[in-house]
Amino acid sequence: MKPSVLYNVFARDFKRQRKRMILTLVAILWGTMSIMLLLAFGEGMKTQFSRNLKGLGEGIVILWGGQTSKPFAGFGKGRHIPLRVEDIEYLRSQVPEIETVAGEYIRWGIRFRAGKTLIAERVDGIYPEYESLRSFIPDSSGRMINQLDMDQRRRVVFLGWTLKERLFGPEMPVAEVVGKTIYMQDIPFTVIGVMRPKIQMGSYQGEDKDVAAIPATTFHALFGDPWLDNIIYRPRDLTANKAVEKRVFEVMGAKYKFDPTDEKALSTWDVVEQSRVTNNMFLGIQIFLGIIGALTLLIAAVGVANIMYVSIRERTREIGVKMAVGARKIYILTQFVMEALGITFFGGLLGMSVAYILTEAFKRVPIQSDVLDFMGRPTVSLEIGIIVTVILGMLGFMSGLFPAMKAASINPTEALRYE
Amino acid sequence: MIEMKKIIKSYRTGAVSFDALRGIDLTVGDNEFIAIVGPSGSGKSTLMNLVGCLDTPTDGEYRLEGKQVEALSPNQLAEIRNGMVGFVFQAFNLLPYATAFENVELPLIYAGLRGKDRRRRVTDLLCQVGLADKAANRPTEMSGGEMQRVAIARALANNPRLILADEPTGNLDSVSGGEIINIFVDLWQTGHTVIVITHDQNIARRCQRVIKLKDGLIDTDNGNGHRLDKTGGNA
Repeated sequence: MKPSVLYNVFARDFKRQRKRMILTLVAILWGTMSIMLLLAFGEGMKTQFSRNLKGLGEGIVILWGGQTSKPFAGFGKGRHIPLRVEDIEYLRSQVPEIETVAGEYIRWGIRFRAGKTLIAERVDGIYPEYESLRSFIPDSSGRMINQLDMDQRRRVVFLGWTLKERLFGPEMPVAEVVGKTIYMQDIPFTVIGVMRPKIQMGSYQGEDKDVAAIPATTFHALFGDPWLDNIIYRPRDLTANKAVEKRVFEVMGAKYKFDPTDEKALSTWDVVEQSRVTNNMFLGIQIFLGIIGALTLLIAAVGVANIMYVSIRERTREIGVKMAVGARKIYILTQFVMEALGITFFGGLLGMSVAYILTEAFKRVPIQSDVLDFMGRPTVSLEIGIIVTVILGMLGFMSGLFPAMKAASINPTEALRYE
Repeated sequence: MIEMKKIIKSYRTGAVSFDALRGIDLTVGDNEFIAIVGPSGSGKSTLMNLVGCLDTPTDGEYRLEGKQVEALSPNQLAEIRNGMVGFVFQAFNLLPYATAFENVELPLIYAGLRGKDRRRRVTDLLCQVGLADKAANRPTEMSGGEMQRVAIARALANNPRLILADEPTGNLDSVSGGEIINIFVDLWQTGHTVIVITHDQNIARRCQRVIKLKDGLIDTDNGNGHRLDKTGGNA
């Protein structure tokens, strides 16, 4: 069947049943737009949550010292297991499956003074690896703590962006803050950088926006803490996080003489696992939204089937003529299925275009809102486009198939007599 | 070409059964020009539908060019309608949204002919019926006689040996009707078998053989008696 003949058929039907066709196309457009927007919102939320989760750190596992709950190797239960500085190198050498590992000291209630401003806040003694592990990304006018700071035990400080505002005021640009001196417990520290603002979902010792981070070696020299508050590591293979955790328990158990199966000997927060759970949850939300959208589209597809049935009834004689000149049933079937697909795809294309325009326009609206920062903005992805196209194809095919089967089963002699 | 033995065609509406044909025996040879006449309801159109494989008999045997029609599948019957038989209808039955060219082209598309070959064939056919200048016209832009000529061109698309025409001049004036019948005479004289259903005695007189149906049976058939030869004289 020539495209021009198919187009002429479509145009003729459009003229004859203009209102019905327009309503059907609008229904398909609406259904397609609904499913696209629902999926786009789901995708936007998933992306934003994923981004927010990375605010704490991407692909990391946080380790704390614990207390044994099982007797082992002659030791009773209830024994405190600390984390020491040398454990960092020990884990690095004993667990090659770990890509990056670093430790952290924490102390609360430290006095900070900048000019006449005096506040109490926490201080973290960290390693340079925290830039990658915990997303301590500096603003471009400064830097994060480096190995030289560690080696020389420099009195340098990296500020969270809210702490910078509390000490220096929100109007002072970061570039002016870098290089200034603040006093921590009356000891002068030079500000080397300010953290770039980020959304952080989850924290274990307070939010990073309020942190004052100094080199771990400087912290230990100042405060003399014998143990680390935590160790953070990132596995090389994020899909093998459980196996790596098991290995960590084995090597730490060997060193500290606790049962490697004793889950209380060390505490862990597996952010990788949490990400996976969150992703699965959002996948579930997306599937749910998709089902709602698909049901909306299904109603529109019923409209397509309705219009096809009407069209076939009006073109009964035409079908008879085609059979009389040699059309096989499959040709008749194909023609009507193609017409249904044509209506569905045309309406679908319009719907997808409207959904795309709406989501792009929404992205460009300059709304600053905590809700949007948390929920994200709707995002139309290629994946969504493909999913919607497949759904449209299936619905278009189904809405055309049953009317087409009816058309192909028409008796040609009766069809030729049809008025 | 055509052999029908004890052909019965029944139609059922609910519990009521009606026999449109009650036992037709018919033999048609090559290159015949036959008129089928008879009162309304005598079974003329039903017979033509069976001959042209648009429908199948309820009982009896039908052989077309040696093929047992009852044993053929729907696709095989469609192939016969496409290649061996050409239909011309009283109501023309052109596709209203397609041009004359596209209407004539339709059987060629179903026959699987390539584009260039199809275009050449359609052009030749429209020339043959004198409508080369109307190729781009839609049915609404043509007269009744022109539409019927397009229908004839369509019927001839795949060069069928058998042409079936059901009251081809029924919706035409006498001048246009006369032109159409002349075309059928030409087709007969060039080797086609032409069967025409008609109420018009003037047309029946120009046919070589006249079969009269009555109440679903053949009443008279001058196939073995008075027949015209191709010059119009008695055979």
